[in-house]
Amino acid sequence: MTSAVADTHDVHDSHDDHGPVKGWRRWLYATNHKDIGSMYLIFSLVMFFVGGTMALIIRTELFQPGLQFVDPSFFNQMTTMHALIMVFGAVMPAFVGLANWMIPLMIGAPDMALPRMNNWSFWILPVAFSILGSTLFMPGGAPASGWTMYPPLVLQTGDAFPFLIFSVHLMGISSIMGAINVIVTIINMRAPDMTLLKMPMFVWTWLITAYLLLAVMPVLAGAVTMLLTDQFFGTSFFLAAGGGDPVMFQHIFWFFGHPEVYIMILPAFGVVSEIIPTFSRKPLFGHDSMVYAASSIAFLSFIVWAHHMFTVGMPLTGQMFFMFATMLIAVPTGVKVFNWTATMWKGAMTFETPMLFSLGFLFLFTIGGFSGLMLAIVPADIQYHDSYFVVAHFHYVLVPGSIYGLMAAVYYWMPKWTGHFYNEGLGKLHFWLSTIFVNVTFFPMHFLGLAGMPRRIPDYSTQFADFNAIASVGAIGFGLSQLLFVYIVIQCVRKQGQAASQEVWDSPRGLEWTVPSPAPYHTFETPPTSSNTSFSWKWPDS
Amino acid sequence: MIRKLFTGAVALLLAGNALADWALNMPKGVTELSAETYEIHMVVFWWCVGIAVVVFGAMIYSLINHRKSKGAVPAQFSHSMTAEVIWTAIPVVILLIMAVPSAELLIKLEDTSDPDVTVVVTGYQWKWHYNYQGEDVAFFSTLSRPSMAARRRDSGIDPETVENYLLDVDNRLVVPRGAKVRVLLTSNDVIHSWWVPDLAIKKDAIPGFINETWFRADVAGVYRGQCAELCGMDHGYMPIVVEVIEPDAFEAWLDDEKGDAAPTATNGEPQ
Repeated sequence: MTSAVADTHDVHDSHDDHGPVKGWRRWLYATNHKDIGSMYLIFSLVMFFVGGTMALIIRTELFQPGLQFVDPSFFNQMTTMHALIMVFGAVMPAFVGLANWMIPLMIGAPDMALPRMNNWSFWILPVAFSILGSTLFMPGGAPASGWTMYPPLVLQTGDAFPFLIFSVHLMGISSIMGAINVIVTIINMRAPDMTLLKMPMFVWTWLITAYLLLAVMPVLAGAVTMLLTDQFFGTSFFLAAGGGDPVMFQHIFWFFGHPEVYIMILPAFGVVSEIIPTFSRKPLFGHDSMVYAASSIAFLSFIVWAHHMFTVGMPLTGQMFFMFATMLIAVPTGVKVFNWTATMWKGAMTFETPMLFSLGFLFLFTIGGFSGLMLAIVPADIQYHDSYFVVAHFHYVLVPGSIYGLMAAVYYWMPKWTGHFYNEGLGKLHFWLSTIFVNVTFFPMHFLGLAGMPRRIPDYSTQFADFNAIASVGAIGFGLSQLLFVYIVIQCVRKQGQAASQEVWDSPRGLEWTVPSPAPYHTFETPPTSSNTSFSWKWPDS
Repeated sequence: MIRKLFTGAVALLLAGNALADWALNMPKGVTELSAETYEIHMVVFWWCVGIAVVVFGAMIYSLINHRKSKGAVPAQFSHSMTAEVIWTAIPVVILLIMAVPSAELLIKLEDTSDPDVTVVVTGYQWKWHYNYQGEDVAFFSTLSRPSMAARRRDSGIDPETVENYLLDVDNRLVVPRGAKVRVLLTSNDVIHSWWVPDLAIKKDAIPGFINETWFRADVAGVYRGQCAELCGMDHGYMPIVVEVIEPDAFEAWLDDEKGDAAPTATNGEPQ
């Protein structure tokens, strides 16, 4: 409370209800979880369009065989930057933005536990991505070795190399600080009688995600630091000529990289676990088993990393272990899908936009899960590995998985944020356009991969032409459909929609629905309790 | 939705493309193990389809019948130990059913013992080098000239007019039919990956390390693949062409090539 905001505000009638400071100071010095949450969300939306534009450059070049628009080296820069920006700039910050906005509201806390660190963790990101983006204009161009940065290839990067490493370090620092903030907030600032197993699923999945971040971001930092010293300080961690091992980088990278996959999907699991009960008008089925399933997925994510490396030449026993461990992930993931289905079962469903995106998530993420199971089978993976089948798989779990989770969350909570509904008709249109085009884009990629098209190539043999053309049309359609989303959000922020009630939806559960719409600048300055009737009726289920 | 798109895509493909049989699914290939790989791919695929029918069926049934507009009154149940035990146990059983044949096949794939022919494959940016171990036959294999000309931006050459565009080389890897060919892989610079779908093998070529894999092709013919690991600017332009010929013809070819730095191209292309 005694932050920069309190020092400079000019409304003196009530110290308990002061609003934000005016002008740029509100944002640059922000310590309010809602302001920081909004900045994270806006930043990630901008990055979503930057990364999306790069994806469209890729798809435009791949529309037909032959090179028409870009050279191979620039194509590789696009695939690399697209991935780095989407993973670290769009999906991860968007979920941190949701965490900032919603975790305090859902656990009855007045703010995040560490507001100044919160400011710091956000403002590092625009710096990190400015550095990364500036590499496009450097001699040798942007990094072109794929977001996986495998040596020795990554060491052939031009002047961009140290800037790549530094920007990855900054992203890691930002994520680690965000994760610490989430953990401290959830552990220490829950409403007094909200026990751990009473926490809403979104809070639970974010708690698990934060621990994953804390565990693996330093591993990534270590890996890229070793690249840096290999390049500039004469070490040979990954250089065979000096006694190093290029494959060791892959082990370290994927020890980060596989938990990273769940960092990007677990909060989306949390989001749909909030939305499906609301629009089914029925409590979440198996809340506790959902917690255990998410925890099991998180644990397993640490012991499956080498399934990204089945062609590097591992011993047979190693391949067997990673195959079986990976297959096991299907069990807790299955539990989650079955529990969501059971939540809808015998409910009274309505299909507003958040529910549509959650259902899209449920169906399409499950398809990505199936291809994931296929990829776990080592003999088959030897054919799938590094082909478009893999591209199809991870885009199915990331786009209609993580991104749909984010879209669903924005539609679900935006009336609480702005006090106004979005345009429901346009929201549904956005959903249907996205869903048609996402499938047109990514479904044919399964066929391309099975037919033998490797990933990360700028040009291809003519037998792959038809499906590539279809995928490119779908990608452009998907990209344009997202402009509709921007229009819908702007309309809603400008309060052009119908005013939202405090509950917003039809009797949703959760403490966020006990504060007015729009949520005031400061909420829960005194902690809510389950015995207080203002709150008990929304108290989350155990 | 998906199903419609799937059938739509299939229909489009069948209508417009004579190569449909190789463009939609994994090739069965020409080795015993490629056929087994295909089998296991299809087994797992059909399990997934079966599970999808059940799970999506339940979801769709629920979406149709349990909607407020139909006057549904929400039930309030939120736990069922029995249900959760069932839908934890059944997937475990299904996974075990998949795991056993996968492990068996994996053991066979890894058995590189007693080869008839050994070829050392070295990856370069951006071509392959083949060395027939103990035979004094070694040569580079690079993208063929017609593809090389057509691949340039604004080359003015329509890729459709180039035979085997981007999948043709000057010097093919020639191996005898029915022989166990062991492939030893390494690299001279960055990591590459040697992938021929019809032989169902893909293995990384890593500088400083030697990887091994093997195949035994049962059908004579020409099989094409590509580098599968991003290896820099021209990663998309280092194809692999394996020509499987009768053992007698192979011996004759080998004799022909011995001590010859630049081998006669097997596809009749001038050097």
